Amino acid sequence: MSLGEITRVSLAKDLRLEWRSKDAINSMLFFALLVVVIFSFSFDPTAEESRHIAGGIVWVAFLFAAVVALNQTWARELRNQVLDAYRVSPAPANALFISKAVGNFIFVAVLEALMAPLFMVFYNLRSIGPAYQLVVVAALATWALVANGTFFAAMSIRTRSREVMLPLILFPISIPALLAMVSATTAILTGEGAYRFWVVLLVVYDVVFTTVCLLLFETVLHAE
Amino acid sequence: MRRIFVILALLTFGLLSYALYEGMVAAPTEQTMGEVQRIFYYHVPSAITAFTLFLINFAVSIIYLARRNQKADALAVSTAEVGVVFCTVVLVTGPLWARPVWGIWWTWDARLTSTLLLWLIYISYLILRRYSTSGQTPVIAAVLAVFGFLDVPFVYLANRLFRTQHPQPVYFGGPGSGADPRMTYALLMNMAAFFCFAALVVWLRFRLERARQDFEETQALESLLQPDARSPR
Repeated sequence: MSLGEITRVSLAKDLRLEWRSKDAINSMLFFALLVVVIFSFSFDPTAEESRHIAGGIVWVAFLFAAVVALNQTWARELRNQVLDAYRVSPAPANALFISKAVGNFIFVAVLEALMAPLFMVFYNLRSIGPAYQLVVVAALATWALVANGTFFAAMSIRTRSREVMLPLILFPISIPALLAMVSATTAILTGEGAYRFWVVLLVVYDVVFTTVCLLLFETVLHAE
Repeated sequence: MRRIFVILALLTFGLLSYALYEGMVAAPTEQTMGEVQRIFYYHVPSAITAFTLFLINFAVSIIYLARRNQKADALAVSTAEVGVVFCTVVLVTGPLWARPVWGIWWTWDARLTSTLLLWLIYISYLILRRYSTSGQTPVIAAVLAVFGFLDVPFVYLANRLFRTQHPQPVYFGGPGSGADPRMTYALLMNMAAFFCFAALVVWLRFRLERARQDFEETQALESLLQPDARSPR
């Protein structure tokens, strides 16, 4: 089987599993909802200035929620030694990585699609800049989070207390991407600021880190 | 080996003492900032030492990934640990200087933020090493080192948009830059002293790590040779 075919089969399996259990999406949704409510207590969410901080809150909520899904990515494969079976099979390692990353991308994108209207309502948001740009930023930002997140989740399953480990290694590396997505979102919502610069930064970040992930995933997968 | 170490340690101690005298006494007092400027002789050499150590860490991590050389891994641990210590010195001396000169301890300027993030990345590297189950640690750590180092340009670029408050480079900054020759001399002496000191500590840590690797290997070999004897661990 080719790389594309293996990726498709593996992705279909993950989506089917998620469709039947809804483990990841339910826990992410509830978690993001809790973050929205908790943040609303720390400041006045309906004020006009809320537009300036909403970008930060939205992405911090999505980042924390994404970690919930990312942590479950490989835990599923550890049961019944599925990962060991994959290691000895002749299938290319990158097919597994791409399918997992795309799967996580879909989960987090669904979460964002469901949560975005809620944010608009709760925080009284209305975009001043063109709203379609938000979709572009969301897609680039989500990929930045899940590509590295999927990779680091595969690394953290080799550590003690792996659930704690993932955010500890993912967050420092993701800070420039987080800064870019927050600034881009704020620039669109307020209609001021350099939106283009941040999008370019996100694109370059995505390209560079996806390449490194693909180059090094086999090493991580086969690390004993 | 031990004799060479003692001689080098004595030389480093002498150089550090001389550099301390040069920085604290011999160099002239700065016109506007006054005595507090003298922290510059520690801040800048620490920063350059820390960045050099992180660069070495990146290089040996790549060597480890390519060759699986145990020495490269030992050097990676040593440089990361010592680099974090020097980076901490930078982050502590910076606010000490900023408070009297800028009037604030900290500002989210490009260079300050980048250094703080670099520090966070290498702390996470050390945590990963500590928590990972033995055997796979070097590979995973080397991979994270590559990611961490590649992150640095992004961190700097992302922060460039914010206003930079950190002083512009004193040297090579075009006309009007440069300092009193006594100041330059004191800075260079401190730089040399800090480099020697860092090299000495890295060497010590490297030997310790090599000894630990040897011990682990011997232990693994012994338990293979005598399958019934329980290892003392």
